[in-house]
Order: sequence, then C-alpha cells, then structure tokens
Amino acid sequence: MKKMQKQQENLSNKSKKCRVLGPVANVYAAANTGSWRLERPEVDFEACIKCGTCEKYCPANVISIIKDKVECIEIDFDYCKGCGICANECPKKCISMVPERRES
Amino acid sequence: MHDIKHISKGLVPHGVSACAGCGMELIIRNVMDVLGEDTIIVIPPGCSALFSGYGEETALKIPGFQGNLENTAACAAGIRAALNAKGNTHTTVVGFAGDGATVDIGLQSLSGAIERRDKILYICYDNEAYMNTGIQGSSSTPFMASTTTTPTGKRTGRKDLMQIVIAHDIPYAATASIHNLTDLRRKVQKAKETDGPSLLHIHTPCPTGWRYDPSKTIELAKAAVQTGCWVLYEYENEKVTINSKPKELKPLEDYIKIQGRFKGLSAEQRQELQEYTKTSYEKYIKKLESMA
Amino acid sequence: MSYKMLDGNGAAVMAMKMARVQVISAYPITPQSTISEKLSELVETGELDAQYVRVESEHSALSVATAAQLTGVRAATATASQGLALMHEVVGMTAGVRAPIVMPVVNRGLAAPWTLWCEHTDAMAERDMGWMQFYCQNVQEVYDMMIIAYKVAEDKNVLTPAMVCLDGFFLSHSMQKIDIPEQEIVDEFIGKYEAKNSYLDTSDPMFICNLTGSDEYTEMRYQQKVGMDNALEVIEKAQKEFEEKFGRKLCMVEGYKTEDADVVLVALGSMCGTAKYVVNKMRQEGKKVGVVKIVSYRPFPAEQLKGILDGKKVIGVFDRSTGFGSKGGPVWNETCAVMKDSVCDIREYIGGLGGRDVPEKTIEKIFEELLEIKDKKRKDHTTWIDVKSNAMDIRQVEKNA
Repeated sequence: MKKMQKQQENLSNKSKKCRVLGPVANVYAAANTGSWRLERPEVDFEACIKCGTCEKYCPANVISIIKDKVECIEIDFDYCKGCGICANECPKKCISMVPERRES
Repeated sequence: MHDIKHISKGLVPHGVSACAGCGMELIIRNVMDVLGEDTIIVIPPGCSALFSGYGEETALKIPGFQGNLENTAACAAGIRAALNAKGNTHTTVVGFAGDGATVDIGLQSLSGAIERRDKILYICYDNEAYMNTGIQGSSSTPFMASTTTTPTGKRTGRKDLMQIVIAHDIPYAATASIHNLTDLRRKVQKAKETDGPSLLHIHTPCPTGWRYDPSKTIELAKAAVQTGCWVLYEYENEKVTINSKPKELKPLEDYIKIQGRFKGLSAEQRQELQEYTKTSYEKYIKKLESMA
Repeated sequence: MSYKMLDGNGAAVMAMKMARVQVISAYPITPQSTISEKLSELVETGELDAQYVRVESEHSALSVATAAQLTGVRAATATASQGLALMHEVVGMTAGVRAPIVMPVVNRGLAAPWTLWCEHTDAMAERDMGWMQFYCQNVQEVYDMMIIAYKVAEDKNVLTPAMVCLDGFFLSHSMQKIDIPEQEIVDEFIGKYEAKNSYLDTSDPMFICNLTGSDEYTEMRYQQKVGMDNALEVIEKAQKEFEEKFGRKLCMVEGYKTEDADVVLVALGSMCGTAKYVVNKMRQEGKKVGVVKIVSYRPFPAEQLKGILDGKKVIGVFDRSTGFGSKGGPVWNETCAVMKDSVCDIREYIGGLGGRDVPEKTIEKIFEELLEIKDKKRKDHTTWIDVKSNAMDIRQVEKNA
C-alpha cells in the first residue's frame, strides 16, 4: 500500500518571515491519528465493487478508490482512526475490522 | 501564507483529533469541499474548534477566526460587513457551530444576523449536547436522553431551531443528515448561493456522547430519519419542502437500542418515548405540510 | 479648520467620521445613544461611506467590530455602563487578537442601584483587559484624544485597542465650541488603515485565535504588555505630532499649577475642569493648591506622574468609582504604587458617583482638608467626600414584627 507522502512544502521561503502577534495559526498540519487505531480495516479486493461508499463516509477522508488497480482501495494508515464506518457501511460487507498488532 | 506541513485531499488535513467516527468531521469536510477556498470561517469554542487547531497549527486551509461561544453569527456578520466595505461580494462567510453555541447561548446573535439579512451561511452541527465540555445537556438534547446534566434522562423535548429561523423568514434554511451526503452537499451549495442569511441544521451522531460503537455513525443518522427523530426538509421562498418522508416509521428501538444515552430507560419509558416520537413526528409533518 | 458647537458624543462621532471608519456596529444605551444615532444617520445620508450593522446587543457590537477590523477595515463601536459590562468577554478578545479598535466609552455607573449618570466604575471594571484608556476633560479633548487614539492604537509597536472615556452627560451631552481640523490633515495624521498584524484574507489564509497552550499563553500576554509599554512612548510622540499639526497640546498627565503647590489633587475626567477653577480661586486667597489630571489611565504614565508628584508631602486622589474591599479606588491604588518610594501622605477621596455633581465646594473641601493635614492641624480625612450623613437610613419601611 502506497502511503500518502508527507511533504514539507515550506511556502514561507517565497516571502519573508514576518512577526505576527497574538494567537495565530499558520501551519497547516495533521495529527498522528493513525496511532489511535485499535482495529484496522482489511479489504477483500475480490468482493469489492468499487462503489465508493467507504470513501464517501470516511470521516477522516483517508480512503481512495483506485479503479484500475487490483488492490482497488487505498487507505492512509497514517491517519485512519479505525472507527469502522467503512466496514459497517460497505454494501458488500467486504471490509472487515481486524485487531491492530504492534509491528515488530 | 500557510506553511503546508502535510498534504491532504481537500481543505482539511486527514489527521484531526476529532473522535473516531465523529459525524461533525464528516460534515466539515463536505462543507469545505463544496464551499471551496474563497471562504472565511468562524468557529466558536467547542468540538469544531479542533479544526481551528492548536498553537501554530491549524486544520483548515482557509482563513478563520475563533470567536466566543455566543457570537459566531455576529463575528460572521462583522467579516461580511468588512468584505462588503471592501467591495468583496464573492467570498463566502460561514459560521460553523454546535447546538449549544447555536440554540442556547448563540441564539441571540444568530437571530440578530438573520433579522438584519446579513449574507452569512450558518451551519449548526447538532450532536444534541455539549460534547466538548463533557456531554452536558443542551436545549437540543432530545426527550429522555441521558447526559451528564440530565443523568436520568431529559424531561423536556428539544428546541426547534428550524422553526425559529423560519419565524425570521430566513431566505434559505434546511435540515440535513450525514447519511445523505448528496442532499447535504446540495443544500450547502444552495445556502452558499443564497442572497442573504442561510442556515443548515445538520444532525450529527456523536459516538462519544451518545455512547455507541463509532462504526455506527452513518447507520444511526439514517435510523434517526427512518424512525421520525429527524426530518429532512428545507425552507425557501416562504415555503417548506419535505425532502424525504418514510412511508412508515421504523420502530424507535432501531435508533435508540444501541445508544448508551437511552440505556437507562425502563420498558415503560421506552414505550412512552416511542409514542412521544411518533406523535411529535406526525404533528410536525402536518405542520410542515401546512407550510408547503 | 472650523469651529463647531458639538457635545461630547458629537465630537466622538466627528472623530470617527474623519477617521473614515468603514464598519460601524453599535447598540444604543444612555448616555451613548446619540453616537449610534448620528453614525447611522451619516451612513444613511451617504456622508460617511461605511457599513452600519444594527446589532442586537453590545456583545455583538464589539464582536462585529472586532471581526471586521480583523478583515482589514477600521471598525467602530461605542458604548457605556451596562453595555460595556456585557461586552466584557469580547473586550478581552479584541485586545488579545490585537485588533486596534478605538471605542468611545460614555462613562455611567453600573447597576445596582440603577443609574443613568456619570461614574467611572464601568471603564475601571475593564482596566485589566488590555485596552488603553484615555479620560477626557472637555469636548475638545474628546475629539483630540479620539484622533490621537487611532494613531496610537494602530501603531505597529502598539496594536492595542483604546477606550476614549467621556463622562456621561457632563461631557456627552454638554455643547461646547470646538475646533475641527481639515479632513486632509486628519487623513495625513492617522493614515489609511491597513491590517498590520493578523488578518482574514482568502489570498493569504491564517487562523486567528485558536487554542493556545500554556507553553505560549504567557508569551502572548507578554506581547500585550510590551504593546502597552510601547504605547507610553508612542502616545507622547503622537501628542507632540498632534500639537505640531493641530496646534493643541495634550499630554498623558497634566500638572496644573503643581510646581509650587503645597498640596495637589489627582483626578480624571470632566471634574478636572472644576478642580482647575477651584485652584485659581484658592490661589487668589493665597492657598497653594494644584491639580493633576490623568488623561492616560492605561497605559499609566508612572514616570510622568512621579515627576509631578515628587516632593509633594500631601496628595489627594479623587476616584469617581468605588474601591470595594480595597483601601481605595483604582486611581488611588495606582498613585500609591507610583509613589511607593517617596515619603508622602496620599489621601483617598471617593465621590461623584451615579451622576452626583462634583461642584466647587466639594473640591474646596478636599483642598482645605489636605492643607490642614499638611499643616498638621488634622489627621483624618473624609474618604467618601460627598456621602450624606444619613446614608444608612435613607430608606425605612414598616415590616411585620
């Protein structure tokens, strides 16, 4: 599974750094929510009909349907919280939640 | 200009510390997707403030301001007025607040903005209690639901935000549900295009506050509509359109049985709640039909 | 330059108009109401090119103004008394996000008891919220301090909102002849508004006012303190430039016949005019008295005040607000802090509450007391200088035993 690349696209080098006072957030960033996961979705790619239901309902927007690939569903496990909505909503029930194991 | 630390599809990063299975997270992604980059957002303290961010980090790629709990509509109105003063009529100004910040403490400023016809889009994600502070009851908490301040179940029904804004003859208002995202997105688009104030009241299942398995968020959103606990309709040109009306209501148990907040109810109370729901629903539909 | 008859509220409106505010949101409250009225009229008639947001409360008034200012325009609001109290939550917000709004505050007491009339408690209750506070003696000063306040508040080293305080009715509704400068000179003095710090702009997005951790909160508070400290210098500079351009001298703290004075009275606001009159009168009788008028209460011009008070053995301070639970009111406490290393006797006077006039005789009485204390003819003084002797018994009702 290809992981979505993290990328430091520091745009501030195009313009000069300016001091801003008070509470201001200007770093567009993601939290490491993949670490919360107790269960991970596993897809039965043969049974998948690529309908896009899982992609549509994923609250974290980490599922992509890749229609021309055998492994037609890509899940970004850096951020997937393992909520199981994808498995629950799949009309073919081809996603199952399996316990997350510590990688050795 | 933002420093982009992580890339994302859309205007919201993927890792945001909303609870697993959060309905509100799904809403804000869809809302931002429809509204696009030419948008300024106002967020009050609460669950949606997770998107404001923490410290130097934000989870929104558009400009935003976190005001006070009760002034989301007023802050949005201020931004709108300033944009108007600068001749900018294209940028969308959206307020994104929970039920507490809307129907309780924020009702006054919301009422003011609608009455003045300020062109703002107000979105109330309704998870039916003060979730961020620890699941305290709000005026949107439904009858008999248990919260940390209604531990034995709320003894009164919920405040009807839609009818309140309709009483202001708001140019556009609609309810929505996350189980029907096509309908939700259409309504966001419509609200964006409204020349004047618009409001969306979106039912938002909350696994933490309602105490159910996070995988059931969409299922519950759907069950709420099917059991008559949530009605999908919109109001425009002084008329109500009911978007979907179940031929026959499903038993309330389909909706409440997996929710911890109704777990303490006795068999009689469940029966009472079933009857209350059915009666309220029928009365409500009748009312809406008379407004059609 | 032209002369006009204006009351204090009219002068504040004139200053806002000439500062070319672009968004106005105000909610009527006695004695501020004519500010809201006049501003809406100017917008309706097209005399002022601005958006008028007719809000439903003061809380919303300042919310609209703050959000508008962050969107890159000069925004305006005004309030008084209960309205300022209702704004309180947003007052801190405005200062914290460094939105340099200039707001006339028409001083009126707070309930209970209900009062419509002048007192400084409303503004004093906001003194620690990070706004500058300027108290005016007369209508001209209202206009002048408004104009100066814009320049100071918006300075990149200050970025701190300002309240221009004018005594309810005594100034707000008192018609005086004032000198209005040409628009071009005001434009030149204040400059066009630009958001110098954070802003809401879709072409350059940032999120303003998200949650701040304890690892940075102190630093952001420190930034506000630095802004306030910088203001001391910036105000002085602005007042000097104002004098060059407009020909009127203003200062943060004014000593009136204090140099050779045996005793002095420190005060704020419109009563300083009466006090100066009393000083002149008593000096004709050979009594060496003087007045210290504090214009800038926040930032507090400690050094300047110390310079004036140094060497004075007996000092009176008049607080037009109560200092419940403290030995004195806010101005007295501030004065004591400034003079902590000097050997002097600082006496607190509280009066003029809820619109009670501070006439010549009240001030004369204070000076007489201070002179007697200086001459060691008396020890005590009358803190509540104008309270009636029957204070505890003004209401008596029949009750069933």
